[in-house]
Order: sequence, then structure tokens, then C-alpha cells
Amino acid sequence: MRQLARRGFAASAAPHMAAEKPANPKTFKIYRWNPDKPAEKPRMQEYTLDLSRTGPMVLDALIKIKNEVDTTLTFRRSCREGICGSCAMNIDGKNTLACITHIPKDEGGKSITIYPLPHMFVVKDLVPDMTYFYKQYASIKPWLQRKDEGDASKEILQSPEERKKLDGLYECILCACCSTACPSYWWNQDVYLGPSILLQAYRWMADSRDQSLPERLEQMENAFSVYRCHTIMNCTRTCPKHLNPGLAIAQIKLLLAKN
Amino acid sequence: MVRRLSGLQRDVLRLYRDCLRAARAKPEESRPRFRALARREFERGIAAAGRADVGAIEHLLRIGRRRLDQYRQPSVRDVTGP
Repeated sequence: MRQLARRGFAASAAPHMAAEKPANPKTFKIYRWNPDKPAEKPRMQEYTLDLSRTGPMVLDALIKIKNEVDTTLTFRRSCREGICGSCAMNIDGKNTLACITHIPKDEGGKSITIYPLPHMFVVKDLVPDMTYFYKQYASIKPWLQRKDEGDASKEILQSPEERKKLDGLYECILCACCSTACPSYWWNQDVYLGPSILLQAYRWMADSRDQSLPERLEQMENAFSVYRCHTIMNCTRTCPKHLNPGLAIAQIKLLLAKN
Repeated sequence: MVRRLSGLQRDVLRLYRDCLRAARAKPEESRPRFRALARREFERGIAAAGRADVGAIEHLLRIGRRRLDQYRQPSVRDVTGP
């Protein structure tokens, strides 16, 4: 009861407190490009927000800009908690999710630069064209493939150890941060699958319930799909979910070598 | 003598040709509307981008190809006029 009362007090005091906080301006430099005027070159537009009146995350700032300053600013967002992967973008040189990236504090006057994911075609402003990325994802057949039909009414059991193999793989949200951070993917997007798709491919290879490992490996048996990975490891460094696509690719290479 | 076309010019013409060919797979009565749509969209693109604006033309080509893939689906049987 007492706690409730305290919270009530805090809530009523909040607007007053916010008004007293000193103004804390921060400049956002954001990549702008409008497809309706394709002849116009892309440009960087600057917006200055008062951080004491903005949420803590970069996405909060983007939403505030779109709501209050410039409604034409375009970006993808959905869950605002790092589980959908929509708001992947290049913030201060690092591919990450805007919704789980804090606006850097106490760097007096330093601006923050936001680009769309690098080396992707831009649809508008911060929205990249993911068509080909999703096509590549479909090409690895990301679903459970069974040879024996079995009893469809029964679930396929898995031991805790087998389930453990999927940890660090199933969490991937396909935000494409890692793929677009990979120089190999930049130069060979058409033939190389890229770290995030390969991590997904390995997720199905590692699944004890899946029975098409030979076919999955056969698909990778060429000079490009996997072997364009030169263990640059930008993928692991940039992953906003702290996964390790580089390791997954190494596992695929290991499986291929064993076969 | 036939004029030599650049690669980009050929890409544009190829897309236009693909659009007209795709229209042939549609029901007879709606074909003129598909052809008109293609022509309209190309004229719009020509107005929007300059001749030497390679980046802009490439962008319009990508958009065009994607839209063609959408219109090509058999479930799309007709389009409305301008």
C-alpha cells in the first residue's frame, strides 16, 4: 500500500521534474533520400532534440522526430524491444537495432549519425530493400524437413542436450545487421549467403529433428555459398543479439569437411 | 545503321518488353489496361529522371522489376485505368 502511494507521488511529480531538468541538446544527422524524386542526390539532414525530453533509445529519438519535427522521415520499427529486427540501421558506424541502442550521453555537442544498413538498396530514407535477403533465406529451406512421415499427431521429441545445440542459434531475429557488416557480403551479395542466413542454415543442420542434413550440406558444396566467408568476424562484433554467426559458419565448414 | 545502345538502355528496353509480354498472359479484355499501365509508368520514370542520371534510372529499374513480379502473379487479373 505504501509502495503504491509512493509510486502515485512519483507519477504526479514527474512532469514537474522534467520541466526543471536542464535542456540537453543533441544533434542527429540522418540520411535522407526520397524515391519520388530519384534525380535528387541523397543528403544528410540534421535534427536537434532536447534529450531531457526524449526517451533513452535512438528509436525514441527517431519517433520523436517523426512525430514532432519532420513527418516525412521514414524508417521501419515495430516491437521497440529488440525482438523483431525491423529497426536495424547504421548508428555511428555500427549496424545495430535503434530500439536497443542508448543515445550516447555526456559527449558535449557530439552529434550522432544514422545511415540505413550499408550496401543495401535504399527504398526510402532509412528503409533498405530486403527482397534479396529474404529470397536467400527462402533458398536454405528454413523449416523442419522429415524423411519418415511418422505420426503427425505426435510431437518429435528432443533430449535436453540436443536442444542445447540450438542455443545461440534460435535467438537470431534476421535483422541483417551482420550480413550488411560483412565485406564479403558487400562484394558478393549475389552468390554468398552471408552470415545471418548461414547462421539460420546451421540452425537447421544442428536440429536433431531435421532429417535432410545431406541435402542441406550439398547445397553449400560450392565455392561461394559458404566459402566466401573469410572469417572477418565483423558479423560477431556487430550482432545486436550477441550471437556468433562466425562460429556457426565455422561449424558448417567443419560439417562440409567431414563429409 | 542501328544505333548502339548502352547496357543500361538495353536493360530499360528489356524491362518494357517484359512488361508487354507479361500482359499477354492476362485475360484478353484487361490486356490493353496492363499495356497502358506499363507505358504510363515508363513515361512517369522518363519525366522523373534525366538521361544521364544513372543512379536514378537504376533505382527505377529495380522498382520496375519488383512491380512486374507482383503484377505477373496469376491472381492479378485486371488493373484500373488512369
